[in-house]
Amino acid sequence: MLLKNTYNEFVKILAKPRSYLGIGALTLLIGIILFAMKADGSSFISFVTSSFEQTLSFNGNILNGNLIAFIILQMLIVHIPLLVALVTGDLISGEAAMGTVRMLATKPISRTNIILSKFIAGAVYTLILTIWLGFLALIVSKWIFETGDLIVLNSDGLVILKSDDILWRYGLSFLVAYLALLTISTLSICLSAFAENSIGPIVSTMAIIILFTIIGSLDVSVFDNIKPYLFTTHMASWRSFFEDPVPWGRIQESIIILLVHIVVLVSVAIIKFNKKDITS
Amino acid sequence: MNGDTIIRVEHLTKRFGSFEAVRDVSFHVNRGDVFGFLGPNGAGKSTTIRCMLSLIKNDSGVIEMFGKSYKTHRSEILTKIGSIIEKPDFYKYLSAEKNLEIFARISGASVSKKEIQEMLDFVGLSGRGKDKIGGFSHGMKQRLGIAQTLLHKPDLIILDEPTTGLDPQGIVEIRNLILRLKTEQHKTVLLSSHQLSEIELIANRMVIINKGKTVIEGDVKELLNAQEIVVKLEVNRINDACELISKTFGISEFNRLNDFEFELNIEKQQVPLVNHTLVQNNIEVHSIEPKRKLEDFFMKIIQS
Repeated sequence: MLLKNTYNEFVKILAKPRSYLGIGALTLLIGIILFAMKADGSSFISFVTSSFEQTLSFNGNILNGNLIAFIILQMLIVHIPLLVALVTGDLISGEAAMGTVRMLATKPISRTNIILSKFIAGAVYTLILTIWLGFLALIVSKWIFETGDLIVLNSDGLVILKSDDILWRYGLSFLVAYLALLTISTLSICLSAFAENSIGPIVSTMAIIILFTIIGSLDVSVFDNIKPYLFTTHMASWRSFFEDPVPWGRIQESIIILLVHIVVLVSVAIIKFNKKDITS
Repeated sequence: MNGDTIIRVEHLTKRFGSFEAVRDVSFHVNRGDVFGFLGPNGAGKSTTIRCMLSLIKNDSGVIEMFGKSYKTHRSEILTKIGSIIEKPDFYKYLSAEKNLEIFARISGASVSKKEIQEMLDFVGLSGRGKDKIGGFSHGMKQRLGIAQTLLHKPDLIILDEPTTGLDPQGIVEIRNLILRLKTEQHKTVLLSSHQLSEIELIANRMVIINKGKTVIEGDVKELLNAQEIVVKLEVNRINDACELISKTFGISEFNRLNDFEFELNIEKQQVPLVNHTLVQNNIEVHSIEPKRKLEDFFMKIIQS
């Protein structure tokens, strides 16, 4: 029954116009970045490298597909959660608003399976969005700007990565970025279990991300104890793969914290939905 | 109650905060019944039905469906039930066929595309299967709701206000559909409705609830004393007419509505005799109108 309802969830997601909004917005945003970089990328690069020009000399194809992919990821990873929440935040509350949750809950499928099937469908949608992001950011960028060494500016200095040492880093960073987006997807589905309208969980998800991000960026000691446990602290962990050496311990910690968030949020949603009186 | 009791509800209660929506509802439905579930607005009908479908959890009391409890046999019970609660809601962005496919997939039965087409034909939606629900009228959605209810061939059909918002033709169509379910497919139907005439026409048993409590339950004919009906007569000489009927038929209770109209309770077969007697005694009978008994019965019960 879980598989059958998961299939149903895919049918619904595919038929909803808003599902294509995220993919369309992503394509448009990346298209704009690629166009801007193609048109005036060299001045952007010289602005970034100008502070190092007295000590370093930059030669070769610096503005390459690897760098563009990094810039795209850096710029969009903050905005993609909204595109994810737009679809996943509606998965349960949208059914309540339409009244179809009543129809679903009178079928011989357990409420736990209804929630799990929505989580699986939401996870697959998030994966598709991440793959599309990877395709546009990496494959299309490389096709337009060709490949080359990657220069990354980290907090502790400049890191230069050889072009044949980059692909595996992107592969793993996309996996961690997916895990971060999956946490957002799970959060919005969990909030959706508490709401009766579509917009509430989407707005709440974004509000929580903004709040946690602000707490994370405030340099105040009172928040020091909670910062490591906020999922937003670990949303940029994908960047760690572009450090040399790679801080595996820190990445592992981020993965564990994101996974714990996912498990807790799924459990809360299941408990809430099972206890809920369906009165809509 | 007997071994073929399909629904058993005993002393059901349900609170929403401090509001007691259902305080003591009890009734039973037997296999093959078309069971009328009546009560004024806010009586607790929809809450009771939602409890019976495990949409909301009762605070106390017993609900047994097919002799089993939701606590231990939820999926098994729901496989045997088809229902419409208040109004059927569908995915507006999907076609009628796709909607039925979605609900059929999780109905616990194997339903082929051919059966979906046959069901659309059965409810009078032939040729509309590919159309999106967004463009459907209320009546069409209601009929699609019935199709969704019957698709997995349930033993018990629960219909909560299935004719609400329908035009007269739609009401007749749904009524005929329910009668066909009983006579052709031998389904058990629990029907909650404000259309008392509808219940009177198609139900064999009924319960009336008011303010969250069962008021009366039983056989429709027995409760309404089906041999006796209320008739409204319009005559030119009301005093003479009442006196004559009283002498001839031994009836003493008349409800005078105005100088020309009055109501009386008589047996069905006496109606032509009363008419004949009045006319023979030169009393002009301008109209004889049977009144719905259930309406009177319902009002008496609720007001008492």
